[in-house]
Amino acid sequence: MEAVFLTFILMLAIFLGFELINKVPATLHTPLMSGANAISGITVVGAIGLAGTGQQDMANWLGAGAVALASINVVGGYMVTDRMLAMFKKKEG
Amino acid sequence: MDATQLLIQLAYVVSAALFIYGLKLLGSADSARRGNMMSAVGMLLAIVAALLDQGIIEYQWILLGIVVGGVIGAAAARLVQMTSMPEMVALFNGFGGMASLLVGAAAISTATGTFTLVTIVLSILIGGLTFTGSLIAYGKLSETIGSGAVLFRGQQIVNSLIVAGILASGVMFCLQPENPQWLYLVIGLSLVFGVMAVIPIGGADMPVVISLLNSYSGLAACAAGFAINNNILIVAGSLVGAAGIILTQIMCKAMNRSLSNVLFSGFGSVSSGEETVEGEIKPISVEDAYYILEAASNVAIIPGYGMAVAQAQHVVKELTEILERNGAEVNFGIHPVAGRMPGHMNVLLAEADVPYDQLLEMDDINPRMENVDVAIVIGANDVVNPAARESESSPIYGMPVINVDQARTVFVLKRSMASGFAGIENPLFYKENTRMLFGDAKESIGGLVREFA
Repeated sequence: MEAVFLTFILMLAIFLGFELINKVPATLHTPLMSGANAISGITVVGAIGLAGTGQQDMANWLGAGAVALASINVVGGYMVTDRMLAMFKKKEG
Repeated sequence: MDATQLLIQLAYVVSAALFIYGLKLLGSADSARRGNMMSAVGMLLAIVAALLDQGIIEYQWILLGIVVGGVIGAAAARLVQMTSMPEMVALFNGFGGMASLLVGAAAISTATGTFTLVTIVLSILIGGLTFTGSLIAYGKLSETIGSGAVLFRGQQIVNSLIVAGILASGVMFCLQPENPQWLYLVIGLSLVFGVMAVIPIGGADMPVVISLLNSYSGLAACAAGFAINNNILIVAGSLVGAAGIILTQIMCKAMNRSLSNVLFSGFGSVSSGEETVEGEIKPISVEDAYYILEAASNVAIIPGYGMAVAQAQHVVKELTEILERNGAEVNFGIHPVAGRMPGHMNVLLAEADVPYDQLLEMDDINPRMENVDVAIVIGANDVVNPAARESESSPIYGMPVINVDQARTVFVLKRSMASGFAGIENPLFYKENTRMLFGDAKESIGGLVREFA
């Protein structure tokens, strides 16, 4: 049942994603992409659980590596998106 | 479910809502920055919630990972040049993919049931090919490796064998999860497949590849979410997956090509037909260009990747201001695939303080082109190539282009007569109303600015 439930979430999220992203204007496609990149760093949440088991085994090291890589995405992605969006200005007057 | 577990799950629900609302706010330039902030808050919330998990015994490795990754990410975000955004996004896609691969591999020790094993294979496969594919894309974009398409005889067969190998070893892994050699095989083949998938794609198709890899990095996170039974990974991953797919579609449409054509045909390397272009090249000096511009009342600027390479965006902005003070209307025409990633030109011009409402999309500028006195093409080539409309034998025939040749006069700023990134001859340069302003774009425009002063 769990699998069906998760697939259900997947289906809804994909449709929602299509609806949301379709409305983003071409001007913002680069920030959209780097922002999406930051969101894909959500893997860090899964990796945290694996890196903290205290087992000192393979899974633990893999998890710690994943935390580091995904953190690059999260921190770098959000910061560079913010840096870009701060530059977008409307014509004054 | 105990109280902490419930709290964690509720926090995930809230952060999913924040991601979704953040993406919604990204739909308009006024609210986009707030949207990004909101999405970041959602991420922070999800991370804090994950740290509360009672399964976590020690924190030092987690903290080490976050600090190391965070410092690298922050440094990259601060230091990257806007011209290099495509490379950075490509690299980040790769890191995301690798993270998902590692999570998938680490989840094996706790995996139960075939469904979980299948999702583990998927997260390793998608994560692995995203990782190496992105590294190749990075290499092509930064031109540390050749940006052309790499094609060889029997490529399709080799690729089919790799896919078959991945399928077979994936199935074997699911049947014998205790036998690590199948796992290593899946990992190895996925990494090889990423390389093989991106090398046949030419440099001009990079906007498609980078969008697609973005989508994959999301889907990899999604698969990892299935592997470890985590809702928030599935929701966030599929949002990213959807975003990447839509951008991929937009890019393909802007080049009038199907996705499979981009992925398999090695477009960039195809030598165009032996077509002779009629007419002659008419160079123009900065001084003569100034006299024409001085009299113009409607100017359109069409930037391409060459503007980024020459770092000419700031001096272009200067010229724009001078022309406006001179009474001319100035607009920018931005082709969807100008530059090396979707929206690349917009970011560069925003960096130079050009207001975004002055940047027109292709479909908005084309109907106005007949009223344009001077169209200035800066470092763009294929996206203004009239052969896409006129010459059925051209490899880019049917691709929507910005019709600069319909303006009264066209200035093409170009380093030399070498053909564009896609390697296609451009009849625009030989048209009656075209003048070539040879030289470095930044210097040429700087020269024009000085003439006005």
